[in-house]
Amino acid sequence: MTRPAKQIHLAAHFPGVNNTTVWSDPAAGSHIEFSSFVRLAQTAERAKFDFFFLAEGLRLREQRGKVHDLDVVGRPDTFTVLAALAAVTEHLGLAGTINSTFNEPFEVARQFASLDHLSGGRAAWNVVTSWDAFTGENFRRGGFLPQSERYERAREFLQTARELWDSWDDDEIVADPVAGTFLRRPRPGRFEHHGAQFDIAGQFNVPRSPQGHPVIFQAGDSDEGREFAAATADAIFSRHGTLDDGQAFYTDVKRRLARYGRSPDELKILPAATFILGDTEDEAAERAVLVRRQQVSGPTAILFLEHVWNRDLSQLDPDGPLPDFDPDPTAPSIIRGRANVAKDPFQTAKEYRELAAAKNLSIRELMIEITARPSFVGTPAQIAEQIDTYVQVDAADGFILVPHVTPGGLDEFADKVVPLLQERGHYRDEYTGSTLRHNLGLPPARSASRYAVGGLGAARSGTEG
Amino acid sequence: MATPPLHLAVALDGAGWHPAAWRADDARPHELFSARYWVDLVAEAERGVVDFVTIDDSLALQSLRRGVPDDRVDKVRGRLDAVLVASRVAPTTSRIGLVPVATTTHTEPFHISKSIATLDYVSEGRAGVQVRVSSSAVETAQFGRRDPNEAVPVDDLFDEAADFVEVIRRLWDSWEDDAEIRDKATGRFVDRDKLHYIDFEGRFFAVRGPSITPRPPQGQPLVSALAHVTAPYRLAARGADVVYITPHDLDELHRIHSELRSHEIEVGRTGEPLRVFVDLVVFLDERPGEAAARKARLDELDEHVFRSDALVFTGTPSELAAHLEAWHVEGIAGFRLRPGAQPHDVSAISRLLVPVLQARGSFRHRYEERTLRARLGLGRPANRYATGVAR
Repeated sequence: MTRPAKQIHLAAHFPGVNNTTVWSDPAAGSHIEFSSFVRLAQTAERAKFDFFFLAEGLRLREQRGKVHDLDVVGRPDTFTVLAALAAVTEHLGLAGTINSTFNEPFEVARQFASLDHLSGGRAAWNVVTSWDAFTGENFRRGGFLPQSERYERAREFLQTARELWDSWDDDEIVADPVAGTFLRRPRPGRFEHHGAQFDIAGQFNVPRSPQGHPVIFQAGDSDEGREFAAATADAIFSRHGTLDDGQAFYTDVKRRLARYGRSPDELKILPAATFILGDTEDEAAERAVLVRRQQVSGPTAILFLEHVWNRDLSQLDPDGPLPDFDPDPTAPSIIRGRANVAKDPFQTAKEYRELAAAKNLSIRELMIEITARPSFVGTPAQIAEQIDTYVQVDAADGFILVPHVTPGGLDEFADKVVPLLQERGHYRDEYTGSTLRHNLGLPPARSASRYAVGGLGAARSGTEG
Repeated sequence: MATPPLHLAVALDGAGWHPAAWRADDARPHELFSARYWVDLVAEAERGVVDFVTIDDSLALQSLRRGVPDDRVDKVRGRLDAVLVASRVAPTTSRIGLVPVATTTHTEPFHISKSIATLDYVSEGRAGVQVRVSSSAVETAQFGRRDPNEAVPVDDLFDEAADFVEVIRRLWDSWEDDAEIRDKATGRFVDRDKLHYIDFEGRFFAVRGPSITPRPPQGQPLVSALAHVTAPYRLAARGADVVYITPHDLDELHRIHSELRSHEIEVGRTGEPLRVFVDLVVFLDERPGEAAARKARLDELDEHVFRSDALVFTGTPSELAAHLEAWHVEGIAGFRLRPGAQPHDVSAISRLLVPVLQARGSFRHRYEERTLRARLGLGRPANRYATGVAR
């Protein structure tokens, strides 16, 4: 098979409020001061990354009825930080997670259109859903949404937002002071949406933005999530796994696009990945062990175990063996504010015990082993090679890199790996376009009506089949 | 006793407050939705060392007909989200306060609280918010959270706004300043005893907290409101730091001022009194008669004589300086000037009016205080949830 080499896409994920982020490192800075965001975003732009990504949380996580205090806690408002970063960067895309459950389409469409104007066409939206009443306690609407309806609401939310963005034409504003004509026609921005989730009508009050629609991201590995992405997203923020898993996922998702009249290039697959660099392979491996121990402290290991056991295990010694008693899945969940991991806790406990026995692992050692996030570990040359391979063999279109230290965690990658990717000719030396959509190699935004016809109906039959 | 310092704010909106301002010779009508335009306007205001700018906003498209769309094509239509405009401008300025308008009627207090807190981080202590109530059925129908056919009494809207302000303030305090401890010995990033549920339950919504965003640099960013009648006066007395009022003569100024003070007593306000700013729309030019002629030209283009809720001033910098000094009576903090046309009247404020005031010894020459609150003589408030007991 001969085809031109693919160009690699890279993005930076601001370190999150989870144990991947090592706050105890001497180099770790603030997670809330704006200077940290500036530093990381400007490093990403220096490295010619496609975009900077900011996640969102709407309720502090709790465990055993108390705020989880072992990881980084606290973060700023997504939109507000991205708008400010537009002032200190020129080309970098500005991507944010915004929840479709605890927001309304009119407001979110307005905020993304405004961000797109203020950044000259660099906005991107990772559409997520949530349904839990726990998060809902911070909002007017509360936990009103049945879990089964969350994708339905997300789909209709996005569709409605697209209708709002399409309500102004590109050439709506004439602004001819001599003729006294500001608008090409009266009543711009008219919209009307009557659906199961949203019943709204009026005039949208932000003129069409440079990208038309922000770049749309979707995360989620489920069948329903994949179908939603194939129907409506520009990029998938997926999990990074083995090369084989990546290829299977890639093939499956790209295959779904034809159903919606889309070509494979119209949806980018960008797994998130961490990385550990070293001057030698051994040094990188040693650093990786050290980082894993920082990421999984004794108390963190106990908390992870509690996710499965659903019992208070705070009296256990993390350097000791697994408990000899069984999980208690019938008790109320002790963890709130994020998804529970174990589907069958008895089976999981059995697997844990077998693994711990086979390798003679303590609780902490076991948790270090089984909670490992897929990671690139090696010399700059090795990591460049691995990333390029994943992209060229269609296990990904690029990666969203998650540094484990704020704000300098991307420096080494920018300095040492990026030049090697550029030498291979598979990564840009300079930005070529002014919008994120262009830099990602995406076509111009399609009109909302095209998503409405292909998207919703086909996606429903896909998930029911 | 020395004269209290004069405070000046500039209220930015679209192409300016005159409906035909976009047609002025030096207007920038093609750039109203660009970052460059707003960056330039705020930089120009900062050049004039004014206390802060407000940035207007609304959830509906502009219309000349109250609460109903119009068919005009000769007026500016469309606007960007004001909080995001303020945030985009923050890194390009260093001292001027940034006070966007946020609507309280349909929005989530949790979101607005963290966005203004974040604006305070991004600007390093220069953030505020002007809260706005929406009674428009158009906005209700666009937002979709309420039935547009069901009229909500105006008093309820203001009570809801008061609850909204209470919630955003509690959320700002829901983290104590020293909640982040990064204690390597115990592995704890925060001291969770210093994070607080706010457990607000009111007639309109309940919010549990704590915020996801730590307490902002100013502790409590500035809260302000525009007020013309009793309900908003009471709202300001209950929850705001700053109120904008629109008297048309000195008698009215005194009357509104004393009404505000009696509302403060009635609602049991404690701590700092409201800082009262008088709103004026200004058309300002160097030569006598020039500003009036400029306004007349805009009136002619608009085919209407421009009037406003606030007093409309046309004249020279010295005339405006004299007017401000005469109205800077006891109990009035200062003035919020609404430029008749932007950028023209913003530049006129910074480059003509301010030097005249400075020469008369009526206005600061440079920024002294780092935060917006401090500039207005408001300290960094103690956290309502902090016990002050060492743990």
